[in-house]
Amino acid sequence: MMKKSTFTLSIAISLLFLLLLSGVAAAQDHEPTDDEVNAIAKQLYCPVCENIPLDVCPTQACVQWREIIRQKLAEGWTEDQIKQYFVDQYGDRVLATPPARGLNWLVYILPPAVFVVGAYLLFRVVRGWRQQAVMETPIASISPDDPYIARLEEELQKRDR
Amino acid sequence: MIANVGCSSLAMAFLAALYGAIAAAYGARRARPRYVESARHAMLLTWPLVTVSALAIIWLLVSGDYQIHYVASVTSNSMPTYLKVTALWGGQAGSLVFWSWLMAAFASAAGIRKWHRDRELLPWVVVVTMVTLAFFLGLVVFFENPFARLWLTPEGRQVTALFQPRGTTPLIPSDGQGLNPLLRHPGMIIHPPTLYLGFVSFVVPYAFAIAALVTGRTDDRWVRITRRWTLVAWLFLSLGLILGGRWAYDVLGWGGYWGWDPVEIAALMPWLTGTAFLHSVMVQEKKGMLKRWNVILIILTYALVIFGTFLTRSGVLSSVHAFAQSAIGPLFFLFIGVTFVASLSLLIKRWDDLKSENQLGSIVSREALFLFNNLLFMGILAVCFWGVIFPLISELFTGQKVTVGPPFYERANSPLGIGLLLLMAIAPLSVFGQTSWKLLGRALWKPLALSFMVPFFSALRGTTNLGALLGYWVISLITLVTLYEFWRGALARRRRHGESLPVALWKLTSRNRRRYGGYVIHLGVVLMVLGVIGIEIFQTETQGTLVQGEQLTLDRYTMIYESLTQFDTQDGRNVTRAVVSVFRDGKNVGELYPRRDFYYSSQQPMTIPGVRSTLEDDFYVLLVGWESIGLSGATFKVYHNPLVNFLWIGGLVFILGTMVAAWPDRGPEPVLKLAKKRAATARSKIGGLR
Repeated sequence: MMKKSTFTLSIAISLLFLLLLSGVAAAQDHEPTDDEVNAIAKQLYCPVCENIPLDVCPTQACVQWREIIRQKLAEGWTEDQIKQYFVDQYGDRVLATPPARGLNWLVYILPPAVFVVGAYLLFRVVRGWRQQAVMETPIASISPDDPYIARLEEELQKRDR
Repeated sequence: MIANVGCSSLAMAFLAALYGAIAAAYGARRARPRYVESARHAMLLTWPLVTVSALAIIWLLVSGDYQIHYVASVTSNSMPTYLKVTALWGGQAGSLVFWSWLMAAFASAAGIRKWHRDRELLPWVVVVTMVTLAFFLGLVVFFENPFARLWLTPEGRQVTALFQPRGTTPLIPSDGQGLNPLLRHPGMIIHPPTLYLGFVSFVVPYAFAIAALVTGRTDDRWVRITRRWTLVAWLFLSLGLILGGRWAYDVLGWGGYWGWDPVEIAALMPWLTGTAFLHSVMVQEKKGMLKRWNVILIILTYALVIFGTFLTRSGVLSSVHAFAQSAIGPLFFLFIGVTFVASLSLLIKRWDDLKSENQLGSIVSREALFLFNNLLFMGILAVCFWGVIFPLISELFTGQKVTVGPPFYERANSPLGIGLLLLMAIAPLSVFGQTSWKLLGRALWKPLALSFMVPFFSALRGTTNLGALLGYWVISLITLVTLYEFWRGALARRRRHGESLPVALWKLTSRNRRRYGGYVIHLGVVLMVLGVIGIEIFQTETQGTLVQGEQLTLDRYTMIYESLTQFDTQDGRNVTRAVVSVFRDGKNVGELYPRRDFYYSSQQPMTIPGVRSTLEDDFYVLLVGWESIGLSGATFKVYHNPLVNFLWIGGLVFILGTMVAAWPDRGPEPVLKLAKKRAATARSKIGGLR
């Protein structure tokens, strides 16, 4: 029983090893292009040159970061793994937007909340006005066919005098 | 000597501003006209005094008096003279003096013109403008003095002080550090001054609003007086933003015009509230509604103007623009807080007096649509404000800095922006007061039906991007509605006066400048949106490392790397310049020279793109890197930016429209005449009652 499980395990390990090896080999076949590097770099910000995306930042530090991305891609890392690598090294600030957790939720919740509250307030004000308006008779008299043209002509006449 | 003159005149200006604020408030409160008159004279004195001071700084900058700390920090021997002059606003202290100079000029302008017409309001206008001016002058006199000199202690330490500290000797560096490389650009002549002009001129409408609150004049007098000020402020702010975008596109080398950088947003925020104000103020003029809201908007605009200056000047946010950092941040913060709370308290005191005179006619009336417009602008403001300050809050509470970058703003603002565009398409056809969906529908259906043609045909021609099709549809609708407005206005005139169409159009526009200038602005926005669609949706890019003679292809363009040279320039740069040949559809269309400038003094690189620009698209080449040995291989990043030029053309149209709207009237305004007539009838009625 014992022997069998060790056997299975060793098979599994060697299979995994082979798989990894082939993965690396496959990745090494493929030298990542600049565009692949930039596709990831575009989403990252280095802590030194704030607010300049990594793919266009000309400083030496950013050149090195792009080299790291290139290496990792060559080693077969995925986009998410590479981003996570930078997050682990330098913190969440390397990401273009804060990850939605903890206090950061506020980033995403507050503006829509403010908008909804604003819309609600506007709705109430408008409703209040409308109710008042229904109670009172309308002030402006409107010419039936086209009120805008009528008003425009009236204005223009006034000016020409 | 020059420095002493400048410094003492700065100090005198500060005292004059302080005295003006106090004397005006005292004179107005106690009804002592002599004090008010004296305060006015003090105010009129500030501008010449600050002018002397600013000229002194310019003199020192140009003559290269490096013992002055400010001069040493923003200029160097190798800089051209025009940049030395612009270095007045290239650093902290100088730009605060520049701000004060504009403030003093505008305050004086507001005080000289029509002083006798608005006697009641003007003392308080003096108070508000002089308090603002005194704050800025106080900052430069006591904390950021541009005339402070460098001294060397016996221990060899370098100190900065206005007067010679005991035991020190003057320190005169042989060269200065020079202006931040980002700012060494002809754009420096015009972009910062226009933005500042926009910022500072918004103080005037705010001052009148506060004066109206203090004196209890709850009619729309302050709105009418400041209408043109607001338009001019808005003109400069818009121009500053557009120029900033162009500058970024030309030199920052990120292939775009707007990076949602905190400092860009700082300038955008007062523009947002200002734009909302420009619209909602019309409702107050026409219907006597939204009085409280308009006061809130102008208070917000003022606070955001100071906040914008604070963001750029305090160093609280580090960004490409925050080249100046110092300890004046807390003072700014305090000033914004105090003025904001004081303004709001005044508003609350007058809350009941500012009741609406009218009721909302209909949910699709012009006034209701303007309210929705305001809601959307406030929504964008909330997104921007929160995006800018959240990293600070996060750092404060969790110690962790986060980046709130372009994806956040783009995702949150896009729907709001589309909403605004839709309103822009509908609102011109709505009328003030009682109206109905039916009436609006009748005006709208023709342009609406036609507007589907453009997305339909572009879909037929192979555009599959839904966002682009939606964008095309909205801008076609706006264009059609706006042109329809011109058309039916001109037709009405022709019917009435028998004028030919061009004459009718001309007269229509010149006699309703605000309305039709506004429409021209809308057309400018349409063109700008076209440019934005081009970059946001259709921009493509690629990057490649080439050896000489190799090529890189992107869409219809191919570039061939020809050569690379490296040389030093007289102004302290090391330039690496590539020559590339560009082919479009296989046809040679010329050479481009993308380059990288390295500034020795600040150890900073600058990427200057090579751009081939046509109405249809831009081909934008950046030199990203090169082999240092032999200069044989080089890396290029290239962008294809379709339609981007419409952004700049639209910007020009936009500014043109604003100028049409803000152009001074010859005679008294018809609306004013109307108001006078109304007042006369009201008086006769009252007389009749007696």
